Amino acid sequence: MILRAAAAVFVKDLRTEWRTRVAINALLLFAFSVLVLVGYAVGPTRLTLEDRPVVNSVLLWIVLFFSAMTGLSRSFVNEEETGTAAALRLSAPPASVFLGKLLGNLALLGVVMAVVVPLFLALMSFGIAAPGLFLAVLALGGVGIAAASTFIAAIVSKTAAKGALFAVLATPLLLPPLVAAVTGTQIAATGPESAAGLDAVRLLFAYDGLMVTASFLLFDAVWRE
Amino acid sequence: MQVLGTAGKVVLGLGMAVVLWAAFLYAHPAESFVGESSRIVFFHVPTAWISALAFLLAAIHSGLYLKTRKMERDDAAAAAARLGILFCVLATVTGSLFAKVMWNSYWNWDPRQTSIVLLLLVYGAYLGLRQAIEEPERRATLSAAYALIAFVSVPFLMFAVPRMYASLHPDTVINARGRIEMSPDIKLVFFSSMIAFTALFAWMYALDVKATRLVRRLSERTGGFEA
Repeated sequence: MILRAAAAVFVKDLRTEWRTRVAINALLLFAFSVLVLVGYAVGPTRLTLEDRPVVNSVLLWIVLFFSAMTGLSRSFVNEEETGTAAALRLSAPPASVFLGKLLGNLALLGVVMAVVVPLFLALMSFGIAAPGLFLAVLALGGVGIAAASTFIAAIVSKTAAKGALFAVLATPLLLPPLVAAVTGTQIAATGPESAAGLDAVRLLFAYDGLMVTASFLLFDAVWRE
Repeated sequence: MQVLGTAGKVVLGLGMAVVLWAAFLYAHPAESFVGESSRIVFFHVPTAWISALAFLLAAIHSGLYLKTRKMERDDAAAAAARLGILFCVLATVTGSLFAKVMWNSYWNWDPRQTSIVLLLLVYGAYLGLRQAIEEPERRATLSAAYALIAFVSVPFLMFAVPRMYASLHPDTVINARGRIEMSPDIKLVFFSSMIAFTALFAWMYALDVKATRLVRRLSERTGGFEA
């Protein structure tokens, strides 16, 4: 029941997004502009070989993080602005709304990652030595960003200063997984999977589990407000 | 009604004065620390402990607000977060001074320094959220939800990360070996200081909760305008 309603919310969001494509275009354009800026300013050859893994990992996650900050709040802000939140509150249980919105944000972030990451690797000549670890870090980091953003979006959609507040509230919550993701990416770039790489994956996994569970439990109070 | 009577104020004031005197003149500097730097333990650890206590109180009152919907809980949570930030800044500054004396650098992104900055950011964001919402009930609900989500995710980093990565931070009082390694005079001053600071915090907290409640009642009576 909850899952079917969640799927319905997810499909509804996909359909409305497909009609205008505002969020996805904003996210992709923003990510691409930052990518061009980074590629032009830093480029593949400016960095020494030993600096490359560190700087490139940080830059990659900065691009992904700021793209998320520009687009992921729309999921709930849109419902409040168009006045459809009340109808959604009547027609679906809160757990389904949260799950559907989380899936929507995950899909959005997944598309951005699928475009940005290969482009970044190519533009910066950023080689990855351990692709398995890299993919795991990307996936788990993406889930962490999407989960925290979805919950914070639900909070800020009820306030006056939506856009400014979203980044302020989400950034401190996202610093732990971002630090772990940067470390994991760096290890994936330099060498084969190691114990430290697994530690980063474990940390991300724990954060994701905690964040999804906690926001699932707390969402009810925020959504009914 | 007064939060703390005259006798209580005298006892607390004298207690703090004795702790201050003992911290600088009675206790001996600990071995294996540069010069007199070990004396910072009498101020750094109590402030860090109190900020942790205050953030715990903020989370508990936030949870209770969501359960009971009583505005008194929201007053208590907001006051706890404000005082938590104050003591967190004090812990950061004292820790940074110690780092300068001990390792010749105020700031070196030690895991503990990183995690304390994160705490400041999270509770700063919490207060920012409170300021951005006009309506009291809505402010209480949304900030309680944020305080709880922050409390489950950030202390996770506070406690997990410094134990995963190498830190220069001296052993914590509650350490892996499960015993307190201090000489008797340091131990006496240390625990007196913990008690004195905790009593000071309890007084400040009671005052702040009372003031917050009065401001809220006043604005309820004047229809949203703070007189």
